[in-house]
Amino acid sequence: MKKETMPEALRIMYRIRLFEEHAKKMHKENLLAGNFMGALHTYIGEEAIAAGVSMLLNKDDYVFSTHRGHGHFIAKGGSIKKMLAELMGKEAGCSSGRGGSMHLFDTEINFMGGNGIVGAGLPLATGAAYRAKYLKTKQVSVCYFGDGAASQGTFHESLNLASLWKLPVIFVCENNCYAVNTPVSETICIKDVAQRASGYGMPGEAVDGNSLSDVYTAAEKAVARARDGAGPSLLECKTYRIDPHCMVAGDMRKKEEIDKWKERDPIKLSEKWILNEGIAGPDDLRKIREEVAEEIKEAEQFALSAPLPDRKKFREEAMDIDGSKGALK
Amino acid sequence: MREIKYVEAVNEALMEEMENDTGVFIIGEEVSCAGGAFRATEGLSEKFGPERVRDAPISESGFTGLAVGAAMAGLRPVAEIMYLDFITTAMDQVINQAAKVFFMSGNRIKAPLVIRAPYGIGTREAAQHSQSLEAWFAHTPGLKVVMPSTPYDAKGLLKTSIRDDSPVIFLENRILYFKKGPVPREEYLIPLGQADIKRKGKDITVVALSNMVPKALEAAGMLSKEIEMEVIDPRTLVPLDIETIAGSLKKTGRLLVLHEAPERCGFGAEIVRQVSEQAFDYLDAPPKVLGGLNVPIPFSPVLEDACVPSAEDVADAVKKFIPR
Repeated sequence: MKKETMPEALRIMYRIRLFEEHAKKMHKENLLAGNFMGALHTYIGEEAIAAGVSMLLNKDDYVFSTHRGHGHFIAKGGSIKKMLAELMGKEAGCSSGRGGSMHLFDTEINFMGGNGIVGAGLPLATGAAYRAKYLKTKQVSVCYFGDGAASQGTFHESLNLASLWKLPVIFVCENNCYAVNTPVSETICIKDVAQRASGYGMPGEAVDGNSLSDVYTAAEKAVARARDGAGPSLLECKTYRIDPHCMVAGDMRKKEEIDKWKERDPIKLSEKWILNEGIAGPDDLRKIREEVAEEIKEAEQFALSAPLPDRKKFREEAMDIDGSKGALK
Repeated sequence: MREIKYVEAVNEALMEEMENDTGVFIIGEEVSCAGGAFRATEGLSEKFGPERVRDAPISESGFTGLAVGAAMAGLRPVAEIMYLDFITTAMDQVINQAAKVFFMSGNRIKAPLVIRAPYGIGTREAAQHSQSLEAWFAHTPGLKVVMPSTPYDAKGLLKTSIRDDSPVIFLENRILYFKKGPVPREEYLIPLGQADIKRKGKDITVVALSNMVPKALEAAGMLSKEIEMEVIDPRTLVPLDIETIAGSLKKTGRLLVLHEAPERCGFGAEIVRQVSEQAFDYLDAPPKVLGGLNVPIPFSPVLEDACVPSAEDVADAVKKFIPR
């Protein structure tokens, strides 16, 4: 990874972290006030993955995300104003208040959506890659999924199809050690998900997902391979989710284990690396963080002042959704 | 006018739309190497190449999902499910992905794909190769459902479906596949949501889906000296042309709905609901649905045939409807 790009990647990681800290606060206040606001799956502790991968992507490259997608959205360049408005169910949200936290979309950056179904994004990402190859556009398609999704049938079917037809997909497995509360040792019978790549005739690599530079270096090879038309890769990023599965789920994990992983916080590791290498000083990093905090405040103001969708207008439009009145041509 | 088979009409529609739009491609099991299990895609691979007529492994979830993703990214895929029954393994991609993405993205991302599937009873293939599942799809907001009964309708509706921006479930009846009918050589389109009156009559409105249309017409012929049946084919379930059905009821006052799918929660129930709500004043008798038995389809030809209404059953039901 080029040294001078590190601070920009760190800025993305700050943006994800501070956004989610704010979203958590908002979610908690709502719950205390008796308002359900969905599940809210946070990415805290996994930020280096989306940041590292996205540094290699062009605006028109495709990203297919998961239920835990805030970080993917931000890293690809999505608007935090629109995402926060979406989390609040506002019309100005990135999915017009219809998708919520698990269904973020932004067509301007080809962010093709989060997904509430574990493993469902793999065939979709393979399909976008099919288009890229079909039209020879040189775009690549990134599919994020967790260790839990690696046990879905779509994992097998998609990796097979992508490799069979040499499609430009980068399958990024974010192995955060748990599918909700079930440890990965109880769901996968081999050490690394990445080992499965050999069964599909594609490269597979397991890396430290909390190391920005390790993620970047591995993703660089996978993206280059896809862009060159050589086919897909499987990249497994070993990481850990610091928060519970979501803000309304119980957490059965041991506190000591969580604390141990907090010491390997990807943001702390990146800061340390930048400072040690002398790429930037503590004041520079503080400044980036303050700028990001300011962005979050602006996003909050935007989202708070944005109007809620109009119930009457929606009910009229919804009549069209079933096609009987012809919503689409 | 020349006459061609239903399956040939499907083939022609695919051929023409692939010529019209390079974004149209076909994916499915043996669509290229064998021209499809029922020859619906015969000759297309030779003409357009294997990239546009893509043989997929037996991975319904994978290749259907691939088609959804390709549609989201801007192509117009036509996925063939060899037997409609096999779509059960791809239902997440159909129901949770294709049907929802346009709405869920705040109308930002369309999924303009067609899922074609041969389906239906009558070929002695038992419980997992014979189902009529149209009501499942019609119940899901975001999908359009098309069920043509003639070669003419199959061609015109498939062309429109491919050009439509919604995901369309296009159900092709296997028994009808090899029946011939008039199809013009010139290009034509049939809009979705437009029913067709297959026979005019004044005594009773019979709404028939797909393979029940020829059976209804046969029954109408049998009864023609005593009862004038009006036979309506809605052609598309979503969107549904309830106006044409209601218009017919204004004249006849009696409604019988026919389908081969089981009666319970079948699409006939939906037609009766809409008629009851919107055209109750036209009804002179309680509306009725005559559908399939609520059983999995058995193998033995005798048993299989007993599962769905025959032309004689339709005639009997109509006669009971109109006491003499």
